[in-house]
Amino acid sequence: MKLLRVKPGHGDVVLAEGDVTVPEQQAQLLQAFRRELEAGMWAAVPTSADTGRREAELVRSFEDVPADAERVIFFPRAAGGER
Amino acid sequence: MALALTTAAIVLVALLWVLALPHLWHSLLPKLKLVPSRLLASSRVQLGASPAPLADLDPGRELRAEQRARALLRSCINEEEWAMYSELGFLRIWGALPERPAGARRDLIRLRRRARAPRAPRIEELVATPYAYLIYPNRPILAYVPHTGVVLGEYCIEFPDHTRPYGSSRLPDADDVLAKWVALTTEERALIEQANMHLPGRQIGLEDARRDILRLSCWERERLQSKGRTVPRAGSVPAR
Repeated sequence: MKLLRVKPGHGDVVLAEGDVTVPEQQAQLLQAFRRELEAGMWAAVPTSADTGRREAELVRSFEDVPADAERVIFFPRAAGGER
Repeated sequence: MALALTTAAIVLVALLWVLALPHLWHSLLPKLKLVPSRLLASSRVQLGASPAPLADLDPGRELRAEQRARALLRSCINEEEWAMYSELGFLRIWGALPERPAGARRDLIRLRRRARAPRAPRIEELVATPYAYLIYPNRPILAYVPHTGVVLGEYCIEFPDHTRPYGSSRLPDADDVLAKWVALTTEERALIEQANMHLPGRQIGLEDARRDILRLSCWERERLQSKGRTVPRAGSVPAR
């Protein structure tokens, strides 16, 4: 699983990468995940439906991330734009 | 004498090139979808057309970031949606709220008054007509009714990164589109409630919006003809 964050001037940046079945790597992923949520990021998991269509789901905790997810993408929270 | 004339000609060409460059930049580059809007905005800053300066702007870095963002977007959305974005420069998402976004009722009433049918459609019937959003990079989301082409409103929403790694809080274009796509397809209501809603034409000109709606319907028709199959609703992951 890869944790990615989109950033101005960068595109996506890899925050952490590891196998969730390996306890040490899972702990690192969990730590990075929490750090991003605490920084106010939204976490999205790209998924594919049974029909093959691509979708996404917002997750609010590491436990909500599907075990087979390859990526979690963090992006800044939405805010009302130009008034 | 010949040398002097040649030198004068070279100087003249160089001067004309310098004068013409900003105009070429603005007339040609917006047509290339690979150029991030931030770069275009920065060139407007140089021309004095926009008062908002951007600190520490590196065009090469911005282009690389945009390329990465496009690769990420492409890996997340459907093939149909990617084709739409890369060819038209925006993405269409179908709305899924049982009621239209706020502000739409006024447009529905106006539509009903304009209806030329023997029996004007009732509001309930018009409400049942599907609506959709056009997602533009780093511009408001546009809500409209595909059936009639009526633009319902603009929803201004941003995803500001307050860490401002290079002085700007704005995401690369394709990342902004991806964030809007994720948010609209997962939490449409929350996103729309959070956005600043404006009447049509505030930031995206009505003519531009109508042209894009027309371009989209032509694009879909062409794809339908070229593939000889039913085009699924492009942007077909409905908002939730």
